[in-house]
Amino acid sequence: MSFLSLNHIEHYYFSKQGYTKALEDISFSVPEGSFISLLGPSGCGKTTLLSIIAGILQSTRGEITLQEKPLSASKSDIGYMLQQDYLFPWKTILDNVTVGPKVQKTETRALKEKAIQMLEDIGLSKVIDSYPQSLSGGMRQRAALVRTLITDPKLLLLDEPFSALDFQTKLKLEDLVSSLLKDFNKTSVLVTHDIGEAIAMSDKIYLMKANPGKIHQVFEVPIEIRNLSPFQARKHIKYQQLFDRVWEELNALESQTAIR
Amino acid sequence: MNHKQLSDSQLFEQYKKQVTSERRNTLLWQIIIFISFFSIWEFASQFGLIDRLIFSSPSQIWTLFLEKLQDGSLWYHLRITLFETIAGFFIGTIAGIILAAILWWSDKLSKVLDPYLVVLNALPKVALGPIIIVAMGPGYFSIITMGAIISVIITTLVVYSAFNEVDVNYVKVLKSFGASKWQYFTEAIFPASLPAMISTFKVNVGLSWVGVIVGEFLVASEGLGYLIVYGFQVFDFTLVLYSLLLVAFFAAIMYQIVEKLENILIKNK
Repeated sequence: MSFLSLNHIEHYYFSKQGYTKALEDISFSVPEGSFISLLGPSGCGKTTLLSIIAGILQSTRGEITLQEKPLSASKSDIGYMLQQDYLFPWKTILDNVTVGPKVQKTETRALKEKAIQMLEDIGLSKVIDSYPQSLSGGMRQRAALVRTLITDPKLLLLDEPFSALDFQTKLKLEDLVSSLLKDFNKTSVLVTHDIGEAIAMSDKIYLMKANPGKIHQVFEVPIEIRNLSPFQARKHIKYQQLFDRVWEELNALESQTAIR
Repeated sequence: MNHKQLSDSQLFEQYKKQVTSERRNTLLWQIIIFISFFSIWEFASQFGLIDRLIFSSPSQIWTLFLEKLQDGSLWYHLRITLFETIAGFFIGTIAGIILAAILWWSDKLSKVLDPYLVVLNALPKVALGPIIIVAMGPGYFSIITMGAIISVIITTLVVYSAFNEVDVNYVKVLKSFGASKWQYFTEAIFPASLPAMISTFKVNVGLSWVGVIVGEFLVASEGLGYLIVYGFQVFDFTLVLYSLLLVAFFAAIMYQIVEKLENILIKNK
């Protein structure tokens, strides 16, 4: 049974000069508990697609169902993580983390305790009442992760959440996110332009091409890598093989667009 | 090793000393300017280098100040002008922020009203004075309106553009939780624009003094603006300068209060 399914999604951006087709005929489905990646060069419409799945943007054509229901009925089941943490600088970490429940009017005492517990688990116990500007980039992104998970979303959307971090922090956070998502059996969609990250974290990779944004090819990640943590996966021999295949495909795509 | 540590702490001591001495130096110069300004004024006036009738002298103003303090008329006039200015400031600023929020709320309205706002902003508001006074009658109301109207349009424009410049990703975060427009206004747009609002407060402190003093010039029979006009009419420039110094002093105090408010409100920036 498919958990999330996209049927013939198309999206146009209109402007005075005309219109551009950002996405063309995108259809795929994601089984429950799995992790997929949307990989592609910049301008291929990855983030647009993610915004459509999140319900922030309305697609021009096509429909999305989440657990067999149209998307609009299940807004609170989706968690969205952005490229940067976007923690509100005027709120403490705890208030930042509980902003979702506050907006959804489900803020309770028990939930606050859950938030504190989650912050402690993730290693932020010392900064619960601090303001975001006193935290490092990695800590801020971890707080943003707690903010996303606190509403207990069934579907998690990750928009290059590690791209603004330094390499070491990024690897650590990948491991953390991966193990958390496995523990809670979350379904996730990751948008990235980092081939290694896509392979290390996901079960399936959708390679997109630009102009218009379209799914070009689908890669299944070998089962041996899937069960490893992202850090371990990067050392596996099959990781390198898949990396090379994706790399060549991306290169081929680029030279194609260059000729056109 | 020991020697190095010692020199490190010595460097720190040196740095601290330098900072305090710089601060002291600045303060010293400020005091020197203050004292020399008033003493040069006094001497020039005493020795007839400037016209006593027009420029008066600090000692004459001081005598007048003590006199007015004793007969209670200082407090009487000051109270009226202060009240009008503070009321004008609050009404102008709050109305400006509310108007900005309305414009932000409705894209269509802001597009339609755009040229009118530009014209209203360019229009010198004090020129509306006679109309306001005729329409609202000579009294507190029209003077407070003057104090408010002078700052309301500029506040609207500045705060509205601050609302629009808030990073869309903050809104995106809240939208992903299903926030309503009102919710992302109160949770993101408004608090993120607070620094811009505080800076309009600072500008508006000055503007509402202008509005109120001009209003009093035109119509009042009490208040500091009235005293300035009265002093001018009876050629009593001691009275004019006395009122002017009071205005300067209290305008500075209001500005200081706003600055304190800024420190409290945006300490987490």
